[in-house]
Order: sequence, then C-alpha cells, then structure tokens
Amino acid sequence: MLRFIVRRLLWMVPTIIFITFTVYVMVRIGWNPVESYKRNNTRVTEEKIQQYKEANFLYDGFGGYIRSYFKWLHSFIQGPDEWQRTIKGRADVWTELRYSIFNTLRLAGTASVLGITIGISIGTLAARKPGGIADTIVNFFAYFIGAIPPFVSGVVLQLIFAIELGWLPDGRVYPPGNQGFDLWLMIKHMILPVTVVAIQTISAYARFMRASLLDVRSMDYVRTARAKGLGEWTILRRHGVRNAMIPMATVIALDLGQLIGGLIITERIFNYPGVGAYYIKHVFNGDLPALMPFLVLLIISVLVFNLLADLSYAKLDPRIKLG
Amino acid sequence: MADNSTSTLDAAEGLDVASKRPVVLALGRYWRNRGAAIATVLFLLVLLAVIVPSLTARYGVDEQVIDISEGANQFLPPSKVAWMGTDDIGRDIYSRLIYGTRSSLFIGAMAGILSVVLGVAIGVFSALRGGRFDDFIMRATDIFIAFPFLVAAILFRQFLGEVGWITSIIGDRSSFRFMIFLITIFGWMTVARLVRSQVLALKEREFVEAARAVGASNLRISVTHLIPNSIGPILVSFTIAVVGGLVIESTLAFFGLGPQPGAGNTSLGKLIELSQEGARQGRWWLVAYPCGMLVLLAVCINFIGDGLRDAFDPKLDKGKG
Repeated sequence: MLRFIVRRLLWMVPTIIFITFTVYVMVRIGWNPVESYKRNNTRVTEEKIQQYKEANFLYDGFGGYIRSYFKWLHSFIQGPDEWQRTIKGRADVWTELRYSIFNTLRLAGTASVLGITIGISIGTLAARKPGGIADTIVNFFAYFIGAIPPFVSGVVLQLIFAIELGWLPDGRVYPPGNQGFDLWLMIKHMILPVTVVAIQTISAYARFMRASLLDVRSMDYVRTARAKGLGEWTILRRHGVRNAMIPMATVIALDLGQLIGGLIITERIFNYPGVGAYYIKHVFNGDLPALMPFLVLLIISVLVFNLLADLSYAKLDPRIKLG
Repeated sequence: MADNSTSTLDAAEGLDVASKRPVVLALGRYWRNRGAAIATVLFLLVLLAVIVPSLTARYGVDEQVIDISEGANQFLPPSKVAWMGTDDIGRDIYSRLIYGTRSSLFIGAMAGILSVVLGVAIGVFSALRGGRFDDFIMRATDIFIAFPFLVAAILFRQFLGEVGWITSIIGDRSSFRFMIFLITIFGWMTVARLVRSQVLALKEREFVEAARAVGASNLRISVTHLIPNSIGPILVSFTIAVVGGLVIESTLAFFGLGPQPGAGNTSLGKLIELSQEGARQGRWWLVAYPCGMLVLLAVCINFIGDGLRDAFDPKLDKGKG
C-alpha cells in the first residue's frame, strides 16, 4: 500500500511537469501575452515591450518556450510573492485567486455535501423495492433532471425565483454596496447557485447509488444476512449500503474535480465571484500570469483526486491489492 | 449464412421455425420499449420539422416579424404574429429555433460520427495491442475525463484557433467545422473506453480464436468480428456523443464562445446565449423555448440510447421475439 502511494506520488511529478508544460505552451500560443500587453498598454514603445518580455521570460521559438516554462516554474514554486502580476491592471494574482477559491469551496462544499447525502438517500430509498412506486418516481426524475444542463436549470431558476417571484436575490455574494460579513444575506444569495449544482449531483448519485445497491442485493452475504433472520432495514444498513458505498467513493473522488466545470456555468449565471468567474474573466483578458496558477492548481487537484479514487477503492475493498 | 444453414437444418428435421436475424430481433425489442418508442417518434418529429426549414419556418432566419416602421417589434411576447415571441431585433423565435436546431443537430451528428469513428479505431487498436500503448491511452483518458471539460474546452478552442495550419483545415473559431472538431477532441474518449472494454471481453472468445487460427489478420478480425459484435455499445456511445455535442455547443455559446454562423443561419447555442439576458429581464419566452428544445432533444436521444442498449443486449430478452 505504502509502496503504491509512494510510487504514484513520484510518478505524479513528471506527469505534472509534462501536463503543465503542454498547458503553458497552449496558453502562450492561445493568448499571446505580448499581444495582451500591447492591448492593455496602447502607445507602448518597442523598447518597453522588449523589457516586458525579458522581465516575464517570454522567449520565442520552441526552445524559448521550454526556457520560459522552466523560468516560470521556478518563480511559481517560490510562492505567491514571486508570481508575476496580471497583465491587465498589474494586480496581485494570489489575492484574487485565493478569494475566488474560498468562494468556490463554500459553494462547492455546500452543494456537494447536500447533493451527495440527498442523492445517496434517495438512491437507497429507490433500491429498497425495485420497480416500486418510489423507484419509478426517483428513476423518472433523476433521468429528466440529469439531462438538463446546468445553464438551463440555472437560468430557469433565476427567472422564476429571483425575477418573477422576487423571493431570492439573482446573484452575487452580497447585494451591491454591502459592507462586512452577514451570514443570513450570504445564505440567501447562495440558495439558488447551490440548488443548481446540487440538482445535478443529486440525480447523478441517486441513479448511481440505486444501481450499486441493486448489484449488492444479489450477493451471497446479503442472502446469509437474511437467513440469519436480520430485518430488512438492518440488512440494508449494515450490509447493503456499506458495500454499495465502495464504488460510490471512487465516483465521488473523481467527480470532485469535474465539479469545477459545472461551477463555471453556475457562477457565470449568478455573477458569483468564484474560480469559474476568475477563469472566464482572465480568459477574456488573455492574462497568462493569472491563468497559469489557476490551471496548475486545478491539474494538481485533479491528479490528487484521481489518486484518492484509486486509494479509496483499495482501502474500502480489502480484496483489491495494489502493487 | 449462419441463419440459412440453421433454417435448412430445421427444415430437414421437420421443424417449422422461422429464424430471425439478430438485428430484426433487436429492432423488435426496441419497439416494445415504450420509452424508447415515444422518444424515437418525438425525435423524428423534430427532425422532420427542421429538415426542410423553408416549409416549416414562418419567417426567414434574419427576417423581422413586422417592419419596425409599423410598430415596435422587439421582445414581443408570444402572439399570433410570432408564436414564440421575438428577440432583441424583432426576429421570430419559432423560425429561428427551427433553423438553430437544424444547425445544432448537424453539429452534434457530425461530431458524433467523427467521435465514434476515431473512438472505435483507438479503442479496438488499444485493446488488441495492449501493453504500453493501452496503458498510456487509458491513463491519458483517465486524467482527461476527470479534468473539468469546460476549462479544457476553452483552452483548446483558444489554442487551436491560433495555430495557422490547423485553422486552414478546420476553419476559424466561429465556424461549424471548428466546433465539430473541438467536440470530437472530447467525444472520442468515452467511445474508446466503452469499445475497449467490450473488445477486451470479446477477444478471448472462441470465434475470435477460430478466426485467428485460420490466419485472419487483426484488421480482418476487427472488421468482421469485433466491431459487429460491439454494435450495441457503439450505437449507445454514438447517442452519448451526439448529446455531448449538443450540450458542448450550447455551453460554449452560453459564454459567447460558440460558433458564430453569421447572417443567414443560427444555432441552438446562439439562441440559448440570448436566454441569459432574457432571464434577467424577465422575458420567459427567450428562456423557455430554446432551453426546452435542448432538454427535449437531450432526453429523447438519451432514451433512444438506453433503448438501443437494452435492445442489443440479448440477456434481457425473456424468450420473446
């Protein structure tokens, strides 16, 4: 087990370097930072541009990209104080990124906890009697709601609850001009975005949990438990749900990385200042110094969650040996 | 061949058994599936409505429902003049929806076909070859699938649009061809993984071994045995790829990054892009119809895919057919 973790962690270093290098080249070519610089500083002299290229290690050619990448990596590893400033506004990258990460974690955390618990409970409920009323209803709704893309549900919920009925605010963390911390206001602003994200999670997990539980139900140990005379509820709780959770853990670990993708859309609809809004904003500005730290952190977290998914499998199911 | 010989055998033994080809059996199973049948009918209706837009649309793509000199034509709620209301410059949403659905279905179908072709090729090759290549493909798709697709899609879109020789082949960012190509980059992976797992199971079977024993090449085995026997998963992954294509196109368009068909055409994504502003201003018809169409298509195609999966799975056939 330990050897497996160490080996995977060691493999992660070249993987991260390879992926981030590819991403770096793609960002360099996609959003040419020199062009962005010129766009944001019109009437800049040729000399100034050269200075800027030198200061930010923007060398040309393929060899130049490699050199630039390692110089960039060097400054990146040294910590947020050494990171380059954004092209637009010469602002500190980390301050804004940290703020966005916290906002996103709050949204994603609430939505995931709600979505996973509700989804798993509903899935369990549906699997207790396959083909029963609860099963049919859950199946039907999970199917339809799962097919609705988040931008559709987001826009529709916003239209109904924020615009037509006016019960909830239509976006942001606080109303404009609000100062200081206000928990109630914050919760009110988070209801709609959390719902949009949670809907997706609930339907996905309900369907998955149902399928997983149905697989477990036909296992020998469930029959043994029934033969021992345990009640249906105890069987479900002790033998069913616990074993059905093994594949679920993997799915959850893999999904947490994917969650960010769904969040970008939700954050956009509700003007929520999270990492999605951060990414989109700097995509439109073509801001390499702001995009790279975000992408690198994202890549690392995806790889870590991937590893956790593999580990959770081995940890929860003792029959699986990692080597 | 196999069917003929069994039927002659049956005839020789005096058994009157009409043997049916597996595809016919699958089709029978498919039509008995109520959800799939309804979804197919609905989908065909939509397809029929959009295939010749000049017959079904009431106005042209860029035509205003009434001339601006005869009165205001912007943001009219649904009425007799415009069944689904009008947009910001007085164009009929209903007509635009027909043109837009047509373009989006075209994008989705093309991207689906390309994804399936590429995915089947890579999946079969990867499963037969095994070893390092297989490991690499699985590892790479693992990471790619776990990566937030929208972040990657925007990155790829920007990068590909800047590389001269690529854009000379697939057009620039605003073209349909570019969008199809972009969707394919993300679509082939699910197909490849599905096909790979299917082929891994099939390649140990006796008939594949028999084919190998008579000296059939890998290519021949793939074309005559592996791919026909994986047709169920391939069709299902095709429907998944088409839905994926529709959703990716609309999602990117939602951020203003979708194809820009320009005058004379539109896409579902382009209409959904408008719904964002529409919702904030309380104009429900800008939201309801385009989003409704997308969800209808997604649900229908999903149902069709599930129906196909069940139909091609003979284990589910309870002695009927």
